[in-house]
Amino acid sequence: MATTTVSLPPPSERPGPISWLRRNLFNNMSNGITTILLLAALAYAIPALFNWAVTEAVTAPDHEACRVAKGACWGFIAEKYRLMAFGTYPFEEQWRPLVASAALVVLVIVSAIPAAWGRALIGAWVVGIPAILVLMGGGWFGLTEVETDRWGGLPLTLILATFGIALSFPLAVLLALGRASDLPAIKALCIGFIELVRGVPLITVLFMASLVIPLFLPEGVNFDKLLRAQIGFILFAAAYVAEVIRGGLAAIPKGQYEAADALGLSYWYKMGFIVLPQALKHVIAPLVNTFIGLFKDTSLVIIIGMFDLLGAVQVASNDPNWRSFYVEGLLAVAVIYFVFCYAMASYARWVERRLDRSNR
Amino acid sequence: MMGFKRTLAVAAITAFSATSALAGASLDAVVKRGELICGVNTGLGGFSIPDSAGKWTGLDVDVCKAVAAAILKDASKVKFVPLTAQQRFTALQTGEVDILSRNTTWTLTRDTSLGLNFAGVSYYDGQGFMVPKKLNVKSAKELDGATVCVQPGTTTELNLADYFRANGMSFTPVVIEKLQEVNAAFFSGRCDVYTTDASGLASIRKNDAPNGKSEDYVILPEIISKEPLGPVVRHGDDQFFDIVKWTLNALIEAEEYGVTAANAADMAKSSKNPGVQRLLGTTPGMGKALGLDEQWALRAISAVGNYGEIWKKNIEPLGLPRGVNNLWTQGGIMYAPPAR
Amino acid sequence: MADSSVDARTTGTRPSTSRSFYDKEVQAILWQVVILTIVIGAGYYLYSNMQYNLEKRQIKTGFDFLSREAGFEIGESLIQYSAASTYARAFVVGIINTLYMAAIGIVLATIIGTVIGIATLSQNWLVAKLTEWYIHILRNIPVLLQIIFWYVVFLNDRFFQDARGAEPLFGDVFVTIRGIYAPIPLAHVGWTAALIAIPVAVVAVWILSAWAKRRQTLTGETFPTFWVGTAVLLGLPVIAWLAFGAPWEFESPRATRFGLRGGGRVTPEFMAVLVGLTVYTSAFIAEIVRAGILSVHKGQTEAGRALGLRDSTIMYQIILPQALRVIIPPTTSQYLNLTKNSSLAVAVGYPDLVSTGNTTLNQTGQAPEAILIMMAVYLSISLGISLFMNWYNAKIQLVER
Repeated sequence: MATTTVSLPPPSERPGPISWLRRNLFNNMSNGITTILLLAALAYAIPALFNWAVTEAVTAPDHEACRVAKGACWGFIAEKYRLMAFGTYPFEEQWRPLVASAALVVLVIVSAIPAAWGRALIGAWVVGIPAILVLMGGGWFGLTEVETDRWGGLPLTLILATFGIALSFPLAVLLALGRASDLPAIKALCIGFIELVRGVPLITVLFMASLVIPLFLPEGVNFDKLLRAQIGFILFAAAYVAEVIRGGLAAIPKGQYEAADALGLSYWYKMGFIVLPQALKHVIAPLVNTFIGLFKDTSLVIIIGMFDLLGAVQVASNDPNWRSFYVEGLLAVAVIYFVFCYAMASYARWVERRLDRSNR
Repeated sequence: MMGFKRTLAVAAITAFSATSALAGASLDAVVKRGELICGVNTGLGGFSIPDSAGKWTGLDVDVCKAVAAAILKDASKVKFVPLTAQQRFTALQTGEVDILSRNTTWTLTRDTSLGLNFAGVSYYDGQGFMVPKKLNVKSAKELDGATVCVQPGTTTELNLADYFRANGMSFTPVVIEKLQEVNAAFFSGRCDVYTTDASGLASIRKNDAPNGKSEDYVILPEIISKEPLGPVVRHGDDQFFDIVKWTLNALIEAEEYGVTAANAADMAKSSKNPGVQRLLGTTPGMGKALGLDEQWALRAISAVGNYGEIWKKNIEPLGLPRGVNNLWTQGGIMYAPPAR
Repeated sequence: MADSSVDARTTGTRPSTSRSFYDKEVQAILWQVVILTIVIGAGYYLYSNMQYNLEKRQIKTGFDFLSREAGFEIGESLIQYSAASTYARAFVVGIINTLYMAAIGIVLATIIGTVIGIATLSQNWLVAKLTEWYIHILRNIPVLLQIIFWYVVFLNDRFFQDARGAEPLFGDVFVTIRGIYAPIPLAHVGWTAALIAIPVAVVAVWILSAWAKRRQTLTGETFPTFWVGTAVLLGLPVIAWLAFGAPWEFESPRATRFGLRGGGRVTPEFMAVLVGLTVYTSAFIAEIVRAGILSVHKGQTEAGRALGLRDSTIMYQIILPQALRVIIPPTTSQYLNLTKNSSLAVAVGYPDLVSTGNTTLNQTGQAPEAILIMMAVYLSISLGISLFMNWYNAKIQLVER
């Protein structure tokens, strides 16, 4: 046998860096040229970018030095990071938004772990939401009161997004069930609401919340500006989440409904204990993607005069000495948004793969 | 300071119960709440601007404090709500604020179709133009073809169009909602001209010019409009309207009589001038007529000073001349009807 | 898909073993009556509150403000507009600007997204990785932040020169803080003819490709549709232009005391919104295109190769047409998103519908009416795009069978 092996041709591809390059970058003429062109472009761009961002950058909070420097002015962030992170929240009280943001992030992370799903988690949310609000707003337990128009920065973004989706969820479930129901009036109502909200930009919903909700209320009743924006946000989120849940409902095999009927379960039992749990499991990934969308959309509140993460950096750039370095502030905020969204997107992909495996 | 708790309560219970007040009674609501809610500009030096601790100062702010002192006996019982140009009227109409003191121009349509009442004039302003010095423009008549930065939704925007039309000139508007962003656009060179009320231009030039170089910008001599600015209340509570109106008048009249924050208490006891005695409640009657106690004006003046003092404290640092805002006795048009 | 189970999702009308048909029916009606009563009641309650509030405060209502003179100028308009025009016309200017932005954005985002999406599947590792990160980074940063970012960059004196005393980039083209200025052709019937020739050429190419396809199905003969089509698209306008006198007069921007005047101009506001929207949406479209291509079975590529077809032919003639079925529905929603996101132009002052509507709202103080108009317009645009894309989708699905 040994003699025959000698006469065999060598394997065409040997593992190793050279063969990897040949396979992945230079496997034919046109790819080779593309690679070389791209490498040349990168060779030009990366050092230039590196110089701008690192070697020629100013990191000290000194706007005079920034003016003369050729590179980026990270000093803007060094000077304004508190304002960017927490907006105009009273300076000496800023540990509160810090703790509140951390608590929210922890809650969200724990909610993402399948092992933690259960009654305790729902309990954590039920306790957590008011606790975070009290921590931010004060007025109890010796905390000084802080009006909502001074809330700002990252905690505001997190509150709008997480509360938005958490509180929209029950409404969304009802809307999705309504849309899937065969009671014509309810179905029409739900379709009407969902399509209306999905057909208009969020900014018009926020205008509505900020300018028209007050007119809807009886005299003397007033909602706080933040609460109005949050209501607008919840209604908006509900329409999108409802569509995601509808997708999940549609994926449940007919047999499940029939089995539930055969057991004589009522509509709410059937939906609540048999259909919805399965449907929701299927739509975790699209739900997370919807959440990412809403998280990004919270930035729109700056148009109605609130200072979320993006709004706070805008406020920070109002200082005439630092106005030219708004770009650096925006880049920093972009990185924060990216980290949050990318983490969530990776989680969504992980859930999807996990679901695929369990369905196999 | 019950605002946040109340919000939570409203959110927690339902939308339809909670803190309903009696119809029409702005005054009742203020008294019951123990706090005056005052809508102000988001940040305009000299009129209303918060410092880093969130403390508000300015002429518009002082008017609100005076009203609080008159009604609630405490000038610190004011909650300031910063409002954009877009939000200001809705906020007042819907009762989100009790009084709007936000460099708002008194016009016929606002007074009528918006359901508002202007309680007088706290500052006679007029619209002007600011340009970089290096353009070497001497008159607004030379501005044909210029790019003009302006905030939308203001009378400024309308006057601007009127002025250029009247003079057969053209311009390109750059319309940006947020004051700070208009400032940025102007100072970056996006526009040749910045137009707003002359007082605003002075404030912006002083506070926002890049690297503090306010001398690189000039305000042109033409004033193209009348902009009487004053506190506004909503229709439906005439008594509250009267109180705001006469608090403002009291501040102006105090300057006329030489009553200041420092000497008001003494003058109330010692002055022989019947006008001063009526104003400060030594001769009773004025307070009763307004539905307040007799010390209302004394408290207001003691808290924020007379109109001249308010001016000196807030507007003078901007480098603006008193001009038409002088008392009528000093060649200006600031004139309060008599308190009698 | 699983949509086949839709009809059987609920059981309200189906006979059940435990309860009588009649019971269920009554229950269903009761439920609906209760919910309708609540919704209508709440709606009426809110509406009557509003009526009361508006009346009591003597706030004007109704739409007659639309015929009043607007009194404000608008920076960019594709139709005749001045401060003497009505509020209604100001709205129309905004609507046209929104549609214009959305149309250009959709075309550009589709082109860039498709190219990037295909490139992520490139055999070239570098190309695949770079385009993958393009998608990751851009879709995870809020579009509003991106728009503001571009606006701040375009308005930054560290990167762009002042318009007053600007130096040309080349010829009569200027890149300044106030945007890009370039010569534009003077109005002439030749240019108009060329402009009209473009849609004519598009229709002609469309007919041509339909004919070529039919002929190929019948006879098997191929027709160089791509080359002939390109020739028609470029040639027809040129011929029209030549036929009507081949005008070659341009208006160049000229320096004045107040910067450059005349010529063609793209403002930084327009560019910021366009770049922000296009780049953001292209990342989503790229992801959709990529998923669409991956959904086509690998065997199709292998079969194509076995037939000796070139890779580009396989991609454009075999893979993409099949992938389109998967690509079109999500792309439709991206088009809708782009159109709705164009409302963020208000943040940088590009006079779109929300921007002009907002100004009108501020000038008239009639917030409910102005917001209602904005919502109605967007709703109509959304429905229009949905209907068109549904029609197109249905057509594609049929062709495939």
